[in-house]
This record gives sequence, structure tokens and C-alpha cells, in this order.
Amino acid sequence: MCRVVDLRQAVLAKNDASAHELRAHLAARGIAVVNLLSSPGSGKTALLERELLRARERAVPVAALSADLATENDAVRLARSGVPVKQVLTDGLCHLEAGMLAGHLDGWLPDDTRLLFVENVGNLVCPASYDLGETLRVTLASVTEGEDKPLKYPTAFGLAHLVVVTKTDIAEAVDFDETAFRANVEQVNPGVEVVLTSARRGQGVGALLDRAVGALDGTPVHAPVMAREPRHHGHGHAHAHPEATGTTAHIHS
Amino acid sequence: MHEMSIALAVVDQVQEAATRAQDVTAVRSVRLQVGELAGVVPDALAFSFELACAGTLLEGAELITEAVPGRARCIPCAHEWAVGMPPRLTCPACGGTRTDLLAGRELQILDVHWEDGGPAHTPTREPISEER
Repeated sequence: MCRVVDLRQAVLAKNDASAHELRAHLAARGIAVVNLLSSPGSGKTALLERELLRARERAVPVAALSADLATENDAVRLARSGVPVKQVLTDGLCHLEAGMLAGHLDGWLPDDTRLLFVENVGNLVCPASYDLGETLRVTLASVTEGEDKPLKYPTAFGLAHLVVVTKTDIAEAVDFDETAFRANVEQVNPGVEVVLTSARRGQGVGALLDRAVGALDGTPVHAPVMAREPRHHGHGHAHAHPEATGTTAHIHS
Repeated sequence: MHEMSIALAVVDQVQEAATRAQDVTAVRSVRLQVGELAGVVPDALAFSFELACAGTLLEGAELITEAVPGRARCIPCAHEWAVGMPPRLTCPACGGTRTDLLAGRELQILDVHWEDGGPAHTPTREPISEER
């Protein structure tokens, strides 16, 4: 017999459940995760190297996990800071998922860690869809990538709690238009903070750590429009119950 | 391209539901709601879905995607608009930045059309089961 069965399940329900569980588990241990998203080559690792050193100077116990399709180069660079570092090789997968991250943390993340920086796979498309149980999601773009990057990758920038511009030391050489960039960020994520940084010159270094420590200490983070649960206005989508497990069937033939 | 991961998640969930129902013999189609701002490309998803279904109970199942346009509402002035792509999430009427996103982030399985071990696979009385 043919049946149509209502499922009404969020496609990413499993990842979301793993993310909630990981966030709660880490919060109970006093740990917050910072999820860093950007294109390949935007300077995530260079900035993170500086932030990890800053954390050591300030005696904030941090750790870093870097995900790449291949090579341990980033972990080698980050490990020079002296903080615990782990490289995750995704074997071709374009993003991290919450369950994968939890598996990698198990038995590795030192107990006294307060902040874990996760350098996601360099990719502005796929990682945007996956909550990793982070407290702070940061999307980075370098000045060489064009002012319209936030419009081209609206989900990555639209879901960020903080936007970081990197490589400002070469901004002039590449004619970076800061006003246009900020306006484009504002269009997809009104109210989000934009921080300018140069890992080479030291501009803005420490801001990421400050925001992360703030989030860890309970300072409310920015609430992106795209991330807010829609309120109901008496029309449209009346079926927002993704947890619905009771399947109802109507016989179709 | 994470559409393969998305397709595998869909197949997984449908298989689980089918296992719970116990006597499902084949899945004909799966209906998905995909918001304009969900970050998923329906064509890439359809391609991945076919591969993800191979060798499972969903082999040959059709994926039907319903696109949901992004809509937003300005909290201060109550203006409502289609956000478009790239989305505009500041108010086009008053320039306000406090916005509610009403729709557009959906990524959910609506329903599944399957065959179960009920009274054989006879079309019973109404031979119009293909119509919706």
C-alpha cells in the first residue's frame, strides 16, 4: 500500500542535536568554542598564531584545532605558540560536523582549557550550515578578496557573531574600500561588529581573544537576523516543530 | 559541496522512519522544503540524492524540493519584504536594522511517499494513486 507519511524533520536535526549536546557538555566544563570560517588563504592561521601567543601572555588557557583536507602544516604553525594543538584531516570532506568535532576532542582537550579555537576547513559555503556547538562564530575575509564577499557568501557572513577583516597592511595596495565592505556586511547581518586586523603589523591583534573571553564570561554575543528563530505572525509556517517524532500517515491509495 | 552530506542526512532520516514503521518495502519520493537562505543548491542536492539512495530502501526515489523565498519584517516599522539574493536584511522602507526573518532558512523533510507491506501492492479501489 502507498502511504504519504509526514516527517517534518529538520534535515540537519542530528548535527544540531550533537552541537547542542557538545555546547552543554563543554559549558559544564567551563569551555567555549570559537568557530573560525573563511576562504582558503584569507589568513586564519596567521591571525590565530598571534591570538594564541596573546592568550599565553595573558595566561588564558586556550587550545586550537585546525581542520584541513590534507597536510599538518597549519597545526605545525599553530603549535609554535606552545598551546595544545590538534590537526584534523577531513579526507576530502569540505566542512566539520559537530559529531566529528566531539570525537576529536574526546580524550584530547585538556581539562583546564577555557577557549578552544576551531579553524574550520577553508570554505565559505559548506561550514556555514553546520553548528559545531560554538559560542562564538567568526567569519574572516582578507582585504584582497573584494568588498562584495559578504554578498557572495551571505550565509557565512549572515550567521557570524563577529566579522574580521585580515591583511589590512596591504589594504591600500589592493584598493580595499572599507566603507563598501562594512555596508555589505550590514546588509546581510545588521549590527554585527567588524574588526580590522593585520597579523603582520599587529593591528587589531587581541580583539578576537577579547571577544572570545567575553563570550566565555557570558557577555551576550550578537544575534544575527539569519540565526534568530522566526516569530509567528499568524500566517506562513505554522509547522515549526522539527523535533516531531510521531509520524502521521495518510493512506494515499 | 556539502549537498552530499545533506543528501545522506535525508536518506538516513527516511531510513530510520521506515525502520520504525517496520514494513516499508520501497520509498517512492521525498518532499523537502529548502529555504532561499539555507545555503543549499537544489540541483546539486538532487544529483547527490540519487547517489545517496543507491543500494538503500530509497533506491530510485524521487526528490521533490519546494523552494521557500526569504521574507523579512522590520520590527520598528512593520514593513515586510522579499529579501532577495543576496539578501537585504535591513529595512528598505525605514532603513531599520532590527529585523525578523520570517522565512527562508528552512531545510526540512516534509513528507515521504512509501510502499508498505499492507494488502500486497494492489492499487485497490482508486487507480489514481499517481495524482496529488
